[in-house]
Amino acid sequence: MKILVVDDEKDVQLLFQQRFRKEIRTGVLNFVFAFSGEEALDIMKTMEQEAVLILSDINMPGMSGLDLLEKIRKDFEQPPPLVMMVTAYGDEENRNTAKRLGADDFLTKPLDFALLKSKLTTLK
Amino acid sequence: MDTAKEKELLQTHQYWVASFMEDSSLDELDSILSHDIMGYGTTQDEKIFGREAVKNIIEIGRQQRRLFDNYRYDLEIVKKQISKKSDAAVIIAEINVSYSIDRNETLLPLRISTVFYYDEQWKVTHWHGSLGVKTDGDTWHQNEWQCEKERLQKLVDEQTAKLKKSLENLKATQSQLIQSEKMASLGELTAGIAHEIQNPLNFVNNFSEVNTELIEEMQEELKAGNTEEAISISDDIKENQKKINHHGRRADAIVKGMLQHSRNNTSDKEATNINALADEYLRLSYHGLRAKDKSFNAKLETDFDKSLGSVNIVAQDIGRVILNLITNAFYVVKKKKEQQKEGYEPTVSVYTKKKKDTITISVKDNGNGIPLAIKEKIFQPFFTTKPSGEGTGLGLSLSYDIVKAHGGELKVETHEGMGTEFTIILPNTEITKK
Repeated sequence: MKILVVDDEKDVQLLFQQRFRKEIRTGVLNFVFAFSGEEALDIMKTMEQEAVLILSDINMPGMSGLDLLEKIRKDFEQPPPLVMMVTAYGDEENRNTAKRLGADDFLTKPLDFALLKSKLTTLK
Repeated sequence: MDTAKEKELLQTHQYWVASFMEDSSLDELDSILSHDIMGYGTTQDEKIFGREAVKNIIEIGRQQRRLFDNYRYDLEIVKKQISKKSDAAVIIAEINVSYSIDRNETLLPLRISTVFYYDEQWKVTHWHGSLGVKTDGDTWHQNEWQCEKERLQKLVDEQTAKLKKSLENLKATQSQLIQSEKMASLGELTAGIAHEIQNPLNFVNNFSEVNTELIEEMQEELKAGNTEEAISISDDIKENQKKINHHGRRADAIVKGMLQHSRNNTSDKEATNINALADEYLRLSYHGLRAKDKSFNAKLETDFDKSLGSVNIVAQDIGRVILNLITNAFYVVKKKKEQQKEGYEPTVSVYTKKKKDTITISVKDNGNGIPLAIKEKIFQPFFTTKPSGEGTGLGLSLSYDIVKAHGGELKVETHEGMGTEFTIILPNTEITKK
């Protein structure tokens, strides 16, 4: 399964590559990175028929994480990707909206990488 | 006798007397004064020559009258004589003036004799003014008039001192208000700042943790004698260290910016990346608003002209203007969303453009627009449409002053029901290409 990480903070890519360097090296986890909702949609189009987990930030300039979630749920039915949303601490409103729009799981910022690792590796 | 001319004469006389006695229009004055007009007064032995001198004495009278209460006068024409050819006339008029100062009523009888001649219209060529007889039968003497004048002068001086004092108070209040406006906008920023600092701080923490792990791994590799692997890991550590530094400085810059924002003194101009500045304040104000009202969401659109490099500006001042415009934009789209829940997507756009001689920063909203009736007032100090306590009414007024101080312009384009676009136009002082 490919994991598509969506965040407008470009250093998130390096951070994930470092945090999960062992898992990446051994091929346990396979990451793809997008820096905006729009880019994420483009990447999704190239990965049709693949199993994908999307890990997306909400607050992004342009298309927000919630907009992306809505589009994903509408346009990518087969197979429906898993979507995990990253919300700011205490942002219940966005969490509820994401839940309503069909998010599968939530993570709170700052990311707990140990927790994320266990979630990602048990998903397999 | 020519009755039309006589009627005309009386009109001219009335206009002439009113110029002295009322705050009437002086538009026609030049046309009724002979260019070599002369006047004499017995009160202080005045001698007046020429139109300008007449206007001057009229103006002095008008200023003095502003100190009077219950001012009124009545006019009685005592004598009127017109030459046989109807080309010259004399009118002697008695004018009873009454006014009060501090509830002391004064009656002042005046006598004005005026000589007119006819040259396409009646013109005043000569007049004589004197103090008349008091109601008790006594006459007004020169020293009595002098006392009256001194009394008035004293009053004028007192009023001037009072005005000076209140002007000083106003100035002090103004600088306090400017400071409170700055602090108010700082309050709007705080939540945004917290959010913006959180991101770099997370990176600092995360990369530090990764480095601790990497150092342990590197030590293991060294113990096992795998020098090459250890070097490779040390490269990663170095890279991460740079990131820690970068994000640390980013958080530092945000805190510094916040401190600068609240500072009272003005700073020098410095090379500033306008796009980064606009983007920073857009994020700060959006997160600030979202922190106050979690249910609020708006679409943010940005279009930054990538060819725009660094421009010489007082960054915190222009930042404050951008912040103010963006905060206002969010405020109006939020209000519209509250009124109109369905089918409305609150949108705020920020874009920059570089032209030959200018650079522009525009903030656009799709709110309700500004009604024509108040469009003229929005840059006035203390004008606000927000409920009392919510706005100081100084935001746009200060913004206007800041942009002007940069030699620029702050323009507004609005369509009722459609939205508003504010544009900051600054002279292009670009120094380095990005």
